[in-house]
Amino acid sequence: MSTETQSPVRVTKEPPSGSIRPRRRLPRFAALGLYVAGIALGALLSALTGFSIALTVIYGAILGALAVYVGSRVVEGRRKATDRLVTALVTTAFAVAMVPLVSLVYTVLDKGLARFDGAFFSNSMFRVVGEGGGAYHAILGTVVITALAAVISVPIGLLTAIYLVEYGSGRLKRAITFFVDVMTGIPSIVAGLFAFALFTLVFGNDVRLGVMGAVALSVLMIPVVVRSCEEVLKLVPNELREASYALGVPKWRTVVKVVLPTAVAGLGTGITLAVARVVGETAPLLVTVGLITGTNLNPFDGRMATLPVFAFYQLTQPGTATQAFLDRAWTAALVLIILVMVLNVVARLISRLFAPKTGR
Amino acid sequence: MAKRIEVSDLNIYYGNFLAVEGVNVSIEPRSITALIGPSGCGKSTFLRSLNRMHEVIPGARVEGKVVMDGQDLYGSDTDPVDVRRQIGMVFQRPNPFPTMSIYDNVIAGNRLNSKKMKKSEADDLVERSLRGANLWNEVKDRLDRPGSGLSGGQQQRLCIARAIAVEPDVLLMDEPCSALDPISTLAIEDLMAELKDRFTIVIVTHNMQQAARVSTSTGFFNLNGVGQPGRLIEFNPTEKIFSNPDQKATEDYISGRFG
Ligand SMILES: Nc1ncnc2c1ncn2[C@@H]1O[C@H](COP(=O)(O)OP(=O)(O)O)[C@@H](O)[C@H]1O
Ligand SMILES: [Mg+2]
Repeated sequence: MSTETQSPVRVTKEPPSGSIRPRRRLPRFAALGLYVAGIALGALLSALTGFSIALTVIYGAILGALAVYVGSRVVEGRRKATDRLVTALVTTAFAVAMVPLVSLVYTVLDKGLARFDGAFFSNSMFRVVGEGGGAYHAILGTVVITALAAVISVPIGLLTAIYLVEYGSGRLKRAITFFVDVMTGIPSIVAGLFAFALFTLVFGNDVRLGVMGAVALSVLMIPVVVRSCEEVLKLVPNELREASYALGVPKWRTVVKVVLPTAVAGLGTGITLAVARVVGETAPLLVTVGLITGTNLNPFDGRMATLPVFAFYQLTQPGTATQAFLDRAWTAALVLIILVMVLNVVARLISRLFAPKTGR
Repeated sequence: MAKRIEVSDLNIYYGNFLAVEGVNVSIEPRSITALIGPSGCGKSTFLRSLNRMHEVIPGARVEGKVVMDGQDLYGSDTDPVDVRRQIGMVFQRPNPFPTMSIYDNVIAGNRLNSKKMKKSEADDLVERSLRGANLWNEVKDRLDRPGSGLSGGQQQRLCIARAIAVEPDVLLMDEPCSALDPISTLAIEDLMAELKDRFTIVIVTHNMQQAARVSTSTGFFNLNGVGQPGRLIEFNPTEKIFSNPDQKATEDYISGRFG
């Protein structure tokens, strides 16, 4: 070990003018310590007025940031102090934003793991009135209906996006963009009622079909697919289109064979995230698909079970064995979260796998 | 099969903006024609109007006549896709298809048009085109690697190979060397000299030495001011343009007295 590398920067009182003055710095964990001390003080303060979590957080955040600022100001000067203050504020905001997420995951895990067992994934609720039973039928139902919704929305959404980016111009393009924007804002219950009204018109009263739910979900999904695919297609450099035209390739072949393959990673990601967006929708399925206790996998034949609606009824209409119903509701919620997480991971994998390779 | 291109009274518009006005020129087969002139005077615009790439831009249109060996390129029964098959183009920035391998890039013109080809034919075409573009020796061991992994100069030669693989009659090049280093530039200039036996070549360049080195004829474009249309001021054999031009403006530009 050489001594040069270890020699500390000496702090001189009067540095030679023109040279960079070594600055005094707070020791490594001092800022964190000050912050924690501030929060502790905040907790104390809120304890004086009758302890409450909210007040602790508010007082703590303010006092912590203040402590860091004052400490840094005294030792390090104004610029560094401002830097530390902003760092403290941003970190606090991040921590506060994380609280609900962590709390939600913790709660769902805590309550959902009770019934996260083999029976839950292999049994339906057929002839189950108390304990036991499972969501086998609801999980498959969700998969079937969501897949059907994707089958409806992906072609429509993708083709619309292709039209908007590659072909559209003028008034029609603006009108479509406007309506897609409007559709993005449609409340999900309205989508459900739309599908309900549509199928009631055709099939008469009291019709409940899986495909109705798929149509309702499509209404929610199409604008998301259009938007994300549109953004991705816009990212395909114009130079590639021109390169293709210059080879004497017609426009439609250019779109199919150059633009889409170049964008496939982004398209896959966007579509998967759109699926994740609708997989947990409850309201539209409640009014269109209903719920049954047995397993029905035919979306063209009567009611089906889906995870969100299953969870909803377990929660709101527990029978006599209240705890068993609650447990099943939480586990259904847990499975739904896992499903969404899996879809997100799949989306990432798609974008990783299909991204154009640039390496040598 | 190289072909002659005759342009008469060509006006080129972007929407209502007249970008290039009144071009009359005859481009000889089996020769290299260079187009020079200050930025923004419409060289690229003119070049792109020769293979109907201009109209790809929304609102862009053309008035006048472009005739290639008797065939009116802007005739009402002429399909722009056919025109582009006969008149290939190499762009300023190398633009190989990022999703395709080197091999697939070279035969992209055939593959994208779903032309049926035997494997041996395709192999043959790829080798011939890459040799034609002086790239074969550098890439023959990695034909299945992505084209975007090549250096800038190699990518540009890949684009040239891709353009000549569809066997056009005319090859348009828009500043093909402006993004390249001097060595790659020389490689491409040598290549042009070889290609001119088989193709009619039109090249836009900012590099006066390059124009003098490679071309047989040179056209000088200029414009009177911002917002004014560009014009073809002078079109003459390269030797004459660089030694004894007809127009004062040409002489000023070539000797660096402009702006
Ligand atoms: N896509 C476009 N839309 C509108 N105007 C354009 C476009 N491309 C070029 N122009 C205009 O046309 C004129 C000629 O441009 P260009 O042909 O690119 O010049 P050069 O290639 O000689 O530098 C310029 O005034 C330019 O602003
Ligand atoms: Mg240009």
